[in-house]
Amino acid sequence: MHELSIVASLFEILEEKAREHNAVRITAVKLRVGRLSGVVPDLLGSAFDMFKKGTLADGASLEIEVIPFEFRCRSCGGESFRDEPPYNCAVCGSSDLELLGGMDLVVEKIEIETDDP
Amino acid sequence: MTKKDVLVLKDLLGTNKQVAAEIRRELRSRGILCVNLLSSPGSGKTSLLEALADRMRTAYRMAVIEGDIETERDAERIRAKGIPAWQITTGGACHLEAKMVGKVLPSVPAAIDFLFIENVGNLVCPASFDLGETLRCVLLSSPEGDDKPRKYPQAFLTADVLLLTKSDLVPFLPFDPDKAAAEALAMNPRLRVFRVSALKGEGMDELAAFFAEALARERAGRA
Repeated sequence: MHELSIVASLFEILEEKAREHNAVRITAVKLRVGRLSGVVPDLLGSAFDMFKKGTLADGASLEIEVIPFEFRCRSCGGESFRDEPPYNCAVCGSSDLELLGGMDLVVEKIEIETDDP
Repeated sequence: MTKKDVLVLKDLLGTNKQVAAEIRRELRSRGILCVNLLSSPGSGKTSLLEALADRMRTAYRMAVIEGDIETERDAERIRAKGIPAWQITTGGACHLEAKMVGKVLPSVPAAIDFLFIENVGNLVCPASFDLGETLRCVLLSSPEGDDKPRKYPQAFLTADVLLLTKSDLVPFLPFDPDKAAAEALAMNPRLRVFRVSALKGEGMDELAAFFAEALARERAGRA
């Protein structure tokens, strides 16, 4: 359950961005979560709902885009995507793979409201 | 009232990665090899450190940082071997983070060769947190079963070394060390695999020699 500490750092980032842009409210948050990030999107959602109460993001929606594993094969050079195991090249079947993506844990964007005219 | 989208593109583990990079730089400059031990509870991390201490303490200066949810027990076991040890009790958190290690680091003597960090027993969460280590070792003990690498991919994908521990129990269990190693290597072909028994000594001299070589390589790279 390290999703709680990850959401704690999410709120540090949200506070910083809200200050920077004079936000009075954060209405939406979008994250990119890799299949290999070791984080469970549903648990992130529950932790987000716990943390947001009483903050500028109270009432904000959370969108999580799950990023698949992306590999480059060291044998044939082919690139493959996998949403789940097995971890082998879709072209030649080799398991000697260089990981290109799927470890992501990124705040992509937020939607805010400001008092600016 | 104006509504707008703000592009953020910030890594949620960015702060941890930054602190870990500072720790790695600091340890490199002191010529210390740092090893992060990661595994489920009860797979033999502390016993492995005790057995390593028996083999390495005359030739090398070691120090250990212990991570647990509660109690000073593991640090006491290491101190009983004459090795300085610091206990981090997380009070519930399931993993160590770089800033917890950073707080202990000023107490660790500058003139040591090896810093071992024993993570909180958990095969899932610690894999997400870089602690500034040079080598990440994942332990898989024979009673846990040989089907674990694919069930806990991140730990095995991010490790440099796989230690198949409690090898003395293999004759009594349906555990196939070759199958466990093959499954882990299929996911991460760069893993170095050792079969060890902290209790009976199998593979321990080879492992100690491997760490000594890694230290020499680390120092040669720095020079």
